[in-house]
Amino acid sequence: MPASRDVTAARVAIGSDTDLAWVRQQVRQAAAGLGFSLVQQTKLITAASELARNTLIHGGGGYMEITPCPQGTAPGLRLSFVDSGPGIRNVEQAMADGYTSGGGLGLGLSGAKRLVHEFLLDTCPGRGTTVTITAWATVVPSARPEAT
Amino acid sequence: MTDQVGANEAAAAQVCSFLQRRREQIAQRWADASLFRTVFTLSREEAVEACKAVVDALADVALSGRPEDIAAPAFGTVRDQLGRMAASRARAGFTPAQISEEVAALRAPVVELLRGEFTDSSEATAQEGVLALTVLMGSLRLVVMETALSAGEELIARQRLQLLEVATPVIKLWEGIVAVPLIGTLDSARSQVVMESLLEAIVAQRAQYAILDITGVPTVDSLVAQHLMKTVAAARLMGAECIVSGIRPAIAQTIVHLGIDLGTILTRAGLADALAYALAQQGIEVSAHRMARASTR
Repeated sequence: MPASRDVTAARVAIGSDTDLAWVRQQVRQAAAGLGFSLVQQTKLITAASELARNTLIHGGGGYMEITPCPQGTAPGLRLSFVDSGPGIRNVEQAMADGYTSGGGLGLGLSGAKRLVHEFLLDTCPGRGTTVTITAWATVVPSARPEAT
Repeated sequence: MTDQVGANEAAAAQVCSFLQRRREQIAQRWADASLFRTVFTLSREEAVEACKAVVDALADVALSGRPEDIAAPAFGTVRDQLGRMAASRARAGFTPAQISEEVAALRAPVVELLRGEFTDSSEATAQEGVLALTVLMGSLRLVVMETALSAGEELIARQRLQLLEVATPVIKLWEGIVAVPLIGTLDSARSQVVMESLLEAIVAQRAQYAILDITGVPTVDSLVAQHLMKTVAAARLMGAECIVSGIRPAIAQTIVHLGIDLGTILTRAGLADALAYALAQQGIEVSAHRMARASTR
């Protein structure tokens, strides 16, 4: 029996600044429930915060979908950020560190990618953007086998 | 069409005169309804008085000829009272649906009384009258719910403003050293307030050192970092050196992965370290008391 709490798939609307705080809380709860370590939680929440803000500012609002996604014995969490905004014309440029079209630091997409294990960007100019990230709670193996 | 309007007006006028005539009886019946009975627990007279006020308001609305108008000025006189009643029910753990149901339950006794009036007139007239009264009671239900909900929204907006003020105290730690303990989400509105109060404190306290403690900030993403950098830059322009303290291990790792360069900002792990640094810079040495040193010799 898994020790972690049950985490079910959920959808969170992103339509205002206050929704961003709700997104962070939902991700924190789900990640903590699956047994993510504090550092892993913080990384995932920060990535979610960046992407949710992109959804709000560049995509004009949308939603986030949380789905548990275990890999073997390791619990995992997949987050999809979906908007139907203008899309990204130049993905390479958008993914570059320091490039911004919104007055920020330009680290949202590239930074979020570095914070998670899997990063998928699906965009089409005029038809919106979907960013899907996945992180697994990696259990650190003990440095050496226990003495018998 | 005009006939219909005329009939509606006639029905409304009828309902109005009915409400005025049977005011006492309606109030007596309503005072036993759960909505009034549980809110006005002190005395039955109090409940009856409250019921009469509502009946009067309804009669005035009926008189205006627009029983469906929830913005009718006549409702204004009982809006406060209705809002208090709804709030009291909500505090008792009732859901909006249940409160709405309780208001709806007020309809049956009045309709019953009205039907009793029409024993000798035609069925059509009776129908018109009951319909007008039903519309009127529906409006009352909407008014109660609207009042309750807008009160809730007002409360939330007020609390948000309060939070904005409360959450950003600037503390004078020492002569020339001020600190802001940041707690919670640092969004654009909050960081604006923080920056303003910090800059004001720097001037007022003639501070040379300002400490921003982020122990209570759960997430530092690129926007929060940008807000911090802007605040530090502004403080620097005022001639104060800024120290960001309270960076937890998890936050530190996240900032590095995110690629944020905080190299230009002076940082310390804890508030105590930041204070020690600022004191040392001012040439103030913190040491144990002479007596204590003597005893260890």
